[in-house]
Amino acid sequence: MRSVMPTRTEALEAVLGPAPVVVPADATGVERARAAASTVCDPELPVLSIADLGVLRDVRLDDGVVTVTVTPTYSGCPMMQVIERDVARAVRAAGFADVRVRTVLSPAWTTDWISDDGRRRLEEFGIAPPTGTRPLGPIQGGLHVRCPHCRSLNTREISHYGSTACKALYACRACGEPFDFFKDH
Amino acid sequence: MTGTRSHAVRAVHISVDEVELAAELAGDEGRTAAPDIAEYALWLGDDALILAQQLGAWIAHAPELEEDVALANIALDLLGHARSLLRYAGTADGRTEDDLAYFRDEPDFRCAWLFEQPNGDFAHTIARQLAASTYLSVLYERLQHSSDPVLAAVAGKAVKEVAYHRDHAVQWTLRLAGGTDESRRRMITAIDDVWPYVDELFGDEPLIDRVGDAAVRPSTLRAPFDELVAPVLAESELEAPTRFTASGGGRRGAHFPTLGYLLAEMQVLARAHPGATW
Repeated sequence: MRSVMPTRTEALEAVLGPAPVVVPADATGVERARAAASTVCDPELPVLSIADLGVLRDVRLDDGVVTVTVTPTYSGCPMMQVIERDVARAVRAAGFADVRVRTVLSPAWTTDWISDDGRRRLEEFGIAPPTGTRPLGPIQGGLHVRCPHCRSLNTREISHYGSTACKALYACRACGEPFDFFKDH
Repeated sequence: MTGTRSHAVRAVHISVDEVELAAELAGDEGRTAAPDIAEYALWLGDDALILAQQLGAWIAHAPELEEDVALANIALDLLGHARSLLRYAGTADGRTEDDLAYFRDEPDFRCAWLFEQPNGDFAHTIARQLAASTYLSVLYERLQHSSDPVLAAVAGKAVKEVAYHRDHAVQWTLRLAGGTDESRRRMITAIDDVWPYVDELFGDEPLIDRVGDAAVRPSTLRAPFDELVAPVLAESELEAPTRFTASGGGRRGAHFPTLGYLLAEMQVLARAHPGATW
């Protein structure tokens, strides 16, 4: 019997895709190239574009050649090659035949680069967004992680390491649900 | 995957799609490592590669599911460091990261003996992680200011990741040492077995004089290492054993007997099917 179950990607896209990228009619070439690169998602975080995630660092257009610069979240992120491939495809599909994708390590990626809209989308998707690595004032210390399901701050860490390098596993004491927390980095 | 399905593997070269390996992992377009810098990158890259391979063996064998995940994530970070470092090392003589990982024999590896110590029981792995992650923390903290931009970039990224690794090792050291009589006995034995291999990490080989500010002089890392480890051992009511110091020699290609077996397992597929992709 043929399964009618949607694929994981289809299911996710139906619920909540990345934010649509609007390209104005009078956009310049580099703006169109950037918009195309911005449509690419991290396959393990299908609600965030690489622009929201801070992985997309730069897009340039010189003599018809588009150079896209990306940076990995973690050194061993296994999704980088997929992201590089998807970026090249997306920019080519926007009409640029010659696309180069550079991966840089420096400056090192930080969760502070995740956009505010990206944080909101993460929480809607069920992943608690990072609480921020920048010092907030004279008092240092981690902020409470808010449950993305019931908004309670009464949560606890189950494991420092979760389903991917960038997440930790949490559980909510109020609603009892486990959830992923995007670790501050 | 390709559209066709088959009951037997028909070809060695299996291509999923057009994924191309990143040519410029370190963002160092066209930058070629000088031979001495390449040798130093090989030290650090081999340390990370061998430790990653060792930790990977815990997947599905750790004491609890969360530990399978934690050790796999730590291994993945280390593999990321190894790839960047080996790729850079390879620029000196035109070898790729895969050439270096899969097609060198034991005497050509430059890892220190600590990283070659067997996984042992979980306490042994944690003791090795405590020493390794503390050493890597103090090393990358300094190396991010290296005069070599590629080494500095790799270290600047790695320093944040190894901080998590150290936290993991510290938490487990405290938990095992303060747990049951059995867990404490095992932790004491593990520290006793692993600690003789710590000294080698801080040996200044002649290479260090030649690479200058690009590298961190290993002997200068001993004090910060001890400063970080001492409170952990004190809180665990453990003592750093001083019964003997292993001769070491990994930086010169002399290795602990475990390395050959590890390489055999790690390299067999690449050597049986050179150039295979999937």
